[in-house]
Amino acid sequence: MLLQLKNVSMVYQVGPEEIRALNGVSMEIEEGEFVAVMGPSGSGKSTFLQVASLLNNVTSGEILFKQKDVTKYSEVELARLRNKEIGFVFQQFNLLARTSALENVELPLVYGGVIASERKRKATEILGKVGLSDRLSNTPAQLSGGQQQRVAIARALVNEPSIIFADEPTGNLDSKSGEDIKNLLINLHKEGKTIIMVTHEQEVAEIAKRIVLFQDGEILYDDKFGFNEKVKSDKAMEYLKTLKKQGSKVRNMFGKVTGK
Amino acid sequence: MSFENTFYTALKAILVNKRRAFLTMLGVIIGVGSVVLLTSIGTGLQSYVTDQFASLGSNSLYVVPGNPFGSGGGFSSGQDQIAERSKPTLKREDLEKILRSNRDTVSRGVAASTGTGEARYAQVTKKVTLYATTAGYDVVQNTKATKGRWYDASDDQLGRRVAVLGPKIATELFGEVDPVNKKIKLDGQSYTVIGITEAKGGGFGGPSLDNYVYLPLNTLRDNFNVLLISTFVFQTVDQASIPDAKTGIENVLLKRLKKDDFTVFDQSQLLTTINSILGVLTLGLGGIAAISLVVGGIGIMNIMLVSVTERTKEIGLRKALGATPNTILTQFLIEASLLSGIGGLIGIGIAFLGTLAIQSFFPARILPSSILLAFGVSTAVGVIFGAAPARFASKLSPIEALRSE
Repeated sequence: MLLQLKNVSMVYQVGPEEIRALNGVSMEIEEGEFVAVMGPSGSGKSTFLQVASLLNNVTSGEILFKQKDVTKYSEVELARLRNKEIGFVFQQFNLLARTSALENVELPLVYGGVIASERKRKATEILGKVGLSDRLSNTPAQLSGGQQQRVAIARALVNEPSIIFADEPTGNLDSKSGEDIKNLLINLHKEGKTIIMVTHEQEVAEIAKRIVLFQDGEILYDDKFGFNEKVKSDKAMEYLKTLKKQGSKVRNMFGKVTGK
Repeated sequence: MSFENTFYTALKAILVNKRRAFLTMLGVIIGVGSVVLLTSIGTGLQSYVTDQFASLGSNSLYVVPGNPFGSGGGFSSGQDQIAERSKPTLKREDLEKILRSNRDTVSRGVAASTGTGEARYAQVTKKVTLYATTAGYDVVQNTKATKGRWYDASDDQLGRRVAVLGPKIATELFGEVDPVNKKIKLDGQSYTVIGITEAKGGGFGGPSLDNYVYLPLNTLRDNFNVLLISTFVFQTVDQASIPDAKTGIENVLLKRLKKDDFTVFDQSQLLTTINSILGVLTLGLGGIAAISLVVGGIGIMNIMLVSVTERTKEIGLRKALGATPNTILTQFLIEASLLSGIGGLIGIGIAFLGTLAIQSFFPARILPSSILLAFGVSTAVGVIFGAAPARFASKLSPIEALRSE
């Protein structure tokens, strides 16, 4: 077991109102899995990703990473874990402006305490792997959206993390660039990387081997276990219906669901 | 992450944002530059005046009517002072008596008196200060004649119409012509120029010694109807005998005068008074400069706040990639110190150039202590106001920081 969430809740206080972004979510992720997390806006899928990737603290519950409860980790231990074990790919790329692709990819290595020559070698190698060997010294402004996202993926991979989190990795890209990123993720999965990806696009989710649906801060459906009967409300069924309307692949998927 | 890497990261962050870095430094440059420059003007003035007095000889004693030091330590002024000055307190016989009864401590002495007049040579006319003394002023006040000679005792006794000119007034009146043995008119009367003194400089806010026309005391008395003696100047045998000489002089004068009628003082007393005035002046200049340092500090503060706030997202990203709060804080501390340090150095450089530029007409002098003060304050302001928002940002969770716009 690589990652385990046990009864995790996340509550935001907005003025007098309490918003339960995650409500007692439990989930297990094995090594080598490729998970797509889906759900409508406000369903808690992004909050789930932030919490699972240790970018945000939980309100309650436990997160076990390689059997260790990381909710009790100090800032320094968390920083080390993020650096060594976790790779992030953001929708907004989040590259440092006016900084070359090579130096952007080197950044996690800098914080990992890798010496300069080794940093350069590793970053160059990984940028070659994402097909950007000829763009090492370009700054983000000199790269297309797809190229920027590939730099971001290279940055996520450079420390050889055990798990990669991607938040809408194709959300800001045109369909051609999105296709490139999808292929890149498929290849990474084939190499045995563990990937957890949030997306609202059906065709992107299709590349994952396991799809998880969120609704109102809870898991509505998980490929592994089928429906969560507790949340099988009218509203949830309504959401499933709209998903079903979106073509055959979706229908296949829910065929599997209803079969359970 | 090693300090070296953090330093490199901080340096890179400055280099990729040159304009922002320059704007941040501008506040430090102005603050440090003005403090160093203004205090260099103040202290330069002070040391210049001190040097001037030293050049007049350090074992001189002065006797003046009344009490020029007043009660508050500064020179008193106004009606009382004028009244004091116009009393015929000091007499020429006093000078002789003092010299006679203080032979072991006082080596020489002159009586001096001043007046004003109009000097004319050929077509040139100038308003001048007439400074009349008994013979020996050249030795007592360490003022040699570079051309010709000074008047002697017989010139004074006979009230000869001879004059010694300061070098500046000599040039103004005569131009290229050698003035020695030429005749000039002082208020219409004819005088022979017998010598030119060496340059002594001076004259901030008052007449320069180089502009004086020196006359024998009796000549001034006879021709300009000046009966008052304004000062006795004595030269003691050495510096150590100044206190004894002072008592000796006072004893002689007290036989005829009351204690409040006259004051005997030496240069250290005069210097203390002048220095206390100039000290206040320097403090005032420093105060003005400190205001610009504060303004500069607020500039640094603003830019630092803006630049850190605008980089909250970057801080979030760095944290997501494995930076600890301390690494972030160290990076911003180094950035702020580099910016304030470099800005401070540029400010000092500018103050240095400014000092060089005004040195041709003003004796400005840069003090290491003012450099340290200005540099220290601006760096502290930069670091504190750079680090405080960075500290706040470094404590945010990465996602909160990343979400900020």
